[in-house]
Amino acid sequence: MKSMWQRVGAMGAVWAASQSALANYAYNLQPPVSEVARDVYHLHNVIMLVCVGIFIVVFGLMFYSLIKHRKSVGHKAAHFHENTTVEIIWTIIPFIILVGMAYPAAKIVIDMKNTSNPDMTVKITGYQWKWGYDYLNEDVQFYSTLATPREQINNTAPKDANYLLEVDEPMVVPVGKRVRVLITGNDVIHSWWVPAFGVKQDAIPGFIRDSWFTADTIGTYRGQCAELCGKDHGFMPIVVKVVSEADYKAWVAQKKGTARAMAADNSKTFDVKELVERGEKVYQANCAACHQANGMGLPGAFPAMNGSKVATGPIADHINIVVHGGRPGTAMTGFADRLSDVEIAAVVTYERNAWDNKMGDAAQPADIAAARGGAAVAAAPAAQ
Amino acid sequence: MATGKSSTLTKLVIVALGMFGFGFALVPFYYKICEVTGINSGDEQSLVKNTQVDTSRWVTIEFDANTNEGLPWQFKTTQRSVRVHPGQLVQVEYEVANHSDHAIVGQAVPSYGPARAGAFFKKIECFCFTPQTLAAGERRQMPVLFVLDPSIDKDLHTITLSYTFFNTDPRAQTARLPEKVPHV
Amino acid sequence: MSDAAHAHDAHGHHAQPTGIMRWLTTTNHKDIGSLYLWFSFFMLFVAGSMALLIRSELFEPGMQLMRPDFFNELTTMHGLLMIFTVIMPAFTGFANWQVPLMIGAPDMAFPRMNNWSFWLLPVAAIMLLGSFWLPGGAVAGGWTMYPPLFIQGGVSYDLTILSVHIMGLSSIMGSINIITTILNMRAPGLALMKMPMFVWTWLITAYLLIATMPVLAGAVTMLLTDRNFGTHFFNAAGGGDPVMFQHIFWFFGHPEVYILILPAFGIISQIIPTFSRKPLFGYASMVYATASIAILSFTVWAHHMFAVGMPVAAQLFFMFSTMLIAVPTGVKVFNWVATMWKGSMTFETPMLFAIAFVCLFTIGGFSGLVLALAPVDIQLQDTYYVVAHFHYVLVSGALFSIFAGIYYWLPKWTGHMYNEALGKTHFWLSVIGMNTIFFPMHFLGLAGMPRRIPDYALQFTGFNQIATVGAFIFGFSQLLFLVLVLKTIKSGAKATDQVWEGAEGLEWTVPSPAPYHTFETAPVVK
Repeated sequence: MKSMWQRVGAMGAVWAASQSALANYAYNLQPPVSEVARDVYHLHNVIMLVCVGIFIVVFGLMFYSLIKHRKSVGHKAAHFHENTTVEIIWTIIPFIILVGMAYPAAKIVIDMKNTSNPDMTVKITGYQWKWGYDYLNEDVQFYSTLATPREQINNTAPKDANYLLEVDEPMVVPVGKRVRVLITGNDVIHSWWVPAFGVKQDAIPGFIRDSWFTADTIGTYRGQCAELCGKDHGFMPIVVKVVSEADYKAWVAQKKGTARAMAADNSKTFDVKELVERGEKVYQANCAACHQANGMGLPGAFPAMNGSKVATGPIADHINIVVHGGRPGTAMTGFADRLSDVEIAAVVTYERNAWDNKMGDAAQPADIAAARGGAAVAAAPAAQ
Repeated sequence: MATGKSSTLTKLVIVALGMFGFGFALVPFYYKICEVTGINSGDEQSLVKNTQVDTSRWVTIEFDANTNEGLPWQFKTTQRSVRVHPGQLVQVEYEVANHSDHAIVGQAVPSYGPARAGAFFKKIECFCFTPQTLAAGERRQMPVLFVLDPSIDKDLHTITLSYTFFNTDPRAQTARLPEKVPHV
Repeated sequence: MSDAAHAHDAHGHHAQPTGIMRWLTTTNHKDIGSLYLWFSFFMLFVAGSMALLIRSELFEPGMQLMRPDFFNELTTMHGLLMIFTVIMPAFTGFANWQVPLMIGAPDMAFPRMNNWSFWLLPVAAIMLLGSFWLPGGAVAGGWTMYPPLFIQGGVSYDLTILSVHIMGLSSIMGSINIITTILNMRAPGLALMKMPMFVWTWLITAYLLIATMPVLAGAVTMLLTDRNFGTHFFNAAGGGDPVMFQHIFWFFGHPEVYILILPAFGIISQIIPTFSRKPLFGYASMVYATASIAILSFTVWAHHMFAVGMPVAAQLFFMFSTMLIAVPTGVKVFNWVATMWKGSMTFETPMLFAIAFVCLFTIGGFSGLVLALAPVDIQLQDTYYVVAHFHYVLVSGALFSIFAGIYYWLPKWTGHMYNEALGKTHFWLSVIGMNTIFFPMHFLGLAGMPRRIPDYALQFTGFNQIATVGAFIFGFSQLLFLVLVLKTIKSGAKATDQVWEGAEGLEWTVPSPAPYHTFETAPVVK
């Protein structure tokens, strides 16, 4: 309890100092960069004005009454207790105002739902806790995970301007093109939300739901998952880069090149040092959320990697768990379809050689390919 | 007075029990509504009678494949999209491979974008009608044969047919129970 | 019934057990009313401390005090406890104390069932709170319990489902009791359309409870069988649909919102006429407005789900029906203002809370109207705007009406006047604290801060810090309220039978404090 109070006290002290440095007060929706978002922005402004207007009239009358009709100024109570005319009027006037609001709102709903004639389609999949993007017309696929380092979250490093809103691989779309998004979830319900585009769509496992946007200004736009999806719900941001048509083409070509390079990598052999270097990045993006960056896990919830029986045991078992997942009903899912052979090889090697683990051995992409085929698995019944 | 109270009590208990039943009755009611409105439909076999092709317009159909967590299969389309006339017979191949060391039973669930397009897919053959068993390491081509109903809404130009394969063993999905994490 | 001191009076009737057994076995509506109110008060502090922990973590960006999963446990439990063990029991406590007194009945219709409906609640609360110490921690899937996330959880999730069942059973039993009492035990001459508004609103609320609590029970039963017995109600793999849970849940959940606010309307409709010294304006239209809100509440549920992706027609239907609810709600606010108009007002603490209720609840109503517009809702769903909205409705709405009601009837219950200066201090601290917490949250939501996140981007820092400061002001000023209530029970100026100059109704004809047994001979209402 005492430390709790010290905390609160410390926070109070920090408050005044941080006010000027961190505070950034915004009073309305984010600046819209699509037609739908702009319509919503204006609709919200109108309804706010209507509400404020009604509020001022009604409560103006009430406060007038509070001042004038009080016993202390000698006001005697009247005895009326109904008036049919007034009652009908104040039923009908709000109704008319509502009809006036409903009409423009309905038009926007219909526009939002019209996903016809897109220039391109991107499928977006929500995972615990990252996003997957699949460009259906381009054959480009990648995952997008939080890029903010754990040290910033744990307050051991200064926070960047885009703290919690930075990803390793942003979604990239061309400016002025009608982009249709198909949204689905892999495990639980997530929600893909970019405020500047006016798109928020729940990602429901087993079902695809579609939405669309046309971004009309080049720039980088950020959003977050908007449906509670478990532990790291607050740590799976969305970043969309809107670029020129030419830049988009270049980006697609580069992505395809990377994919080819990755495929080529899968048939190579690496030394331990190369794999550890590469594996650290893969570990931070995919494993650190549960097993923690220091490999210590979260006691009682997620096992430690440092000194674990898996990371210091037979390498075949280790590979098998990373590829296919732990025992059914455990938190450890397989990464077979999320990571490439070389990435899995790298992360396994990293886990066996990081922290206090000094195994010195390495998994090669070929080992992973073999494990995918099921050949190496038979030796590891423990994992099933 | 006592009889008044007990008859009120009886009525209210009946209402409460009735509403408990109503909660469950909402389940078939929900599916009926989804069927009528075309959402979540399409995993039943259709006998196509009217094969009139509407050559006056084109519809782009995109194909999409997903595997849910807990199913170590690779599931993909062999073709990203086709452009067809409504009423035309379409055949498309999906490919699925079991990467694990044991046989697994999977069930594919269809979904459509936009959801209302589902009502116009008339499937003649589909792997989604029944659970599929794949032996360890098995790879299989699976066709879907369908006709797009020519009465499809005129404003639908681009639609998506999507499948998600689930592991039929429910234990595979109840993953991430923190206290059940084995101390591996 | 003599005017002798009531404490001894009780023993004149039956041999009463004493000590803890008295409270465990009591069937007296006043005892049970007090039990409900004390339980609710205690849980207010429990669930309120969770809110303070949440606000402390959110004081600054970065993870300070806890892990994200514990944060989720806190938000989930705060929601469940505040709804099911604070607001609902408090209103049931008022109903137990006041409904028999207001309709001239000697007790509730089924006193023994009344005892059971109360004692189920602590059991359910212990089950919920106890799950914090289970492996895997307490339930963390949000009070809305959406699958598949809720399917993933551990044993505490099953315990939560059972606890919801027990709380549901308790409210259903309580509601049956209240309806039967109101329909069968009114004093001769007290026609339905002469009943005090508080009795009317509770009658309608009790019907809502009986209609919706079983549906919630059904929904969580399906979750339970999905989790443990391999059914596929909400699992797409077996032909189920996770979105269906949301439909069934909100079919309960939206009427539940009105369950939490209609009794508040009732309390406010008692207080404003008393302190305006003028009858309630538009009594009949108040009754009809309450009934139409209750009926409309069954047609709007899917406005909680605009972001799941519904067909256009459904989206439009739910948008229009939701906007329609603003009409009867507006009628109520206009009637309250018209009741004050040309009255002869005084501003004791109950009236202050009632006026704050009318103003601040209306702000919650307006943000509700903003959210009713589906395109705007798409932007604001699951953001802090929604958090601001429902706290304006539930804190400055439901909770303030509870405060108002306690100040209003406490002299009748204890026989002592409360300390007016302390009451007014509590009022001003609560109003200032409450607005400091929740008003900035509107801006956070508009700027794009999602709800239920333990850490946030830097641009949200300023308003979050203001909200946290407000939370501590609001939280600690409730200790003042506790002191005030305890002081009033022990001492204070002697209250008259009528207590308030403008008070009218049967409860003000019995002595203060109200004797243990009242209206053993039914009064006649002219």
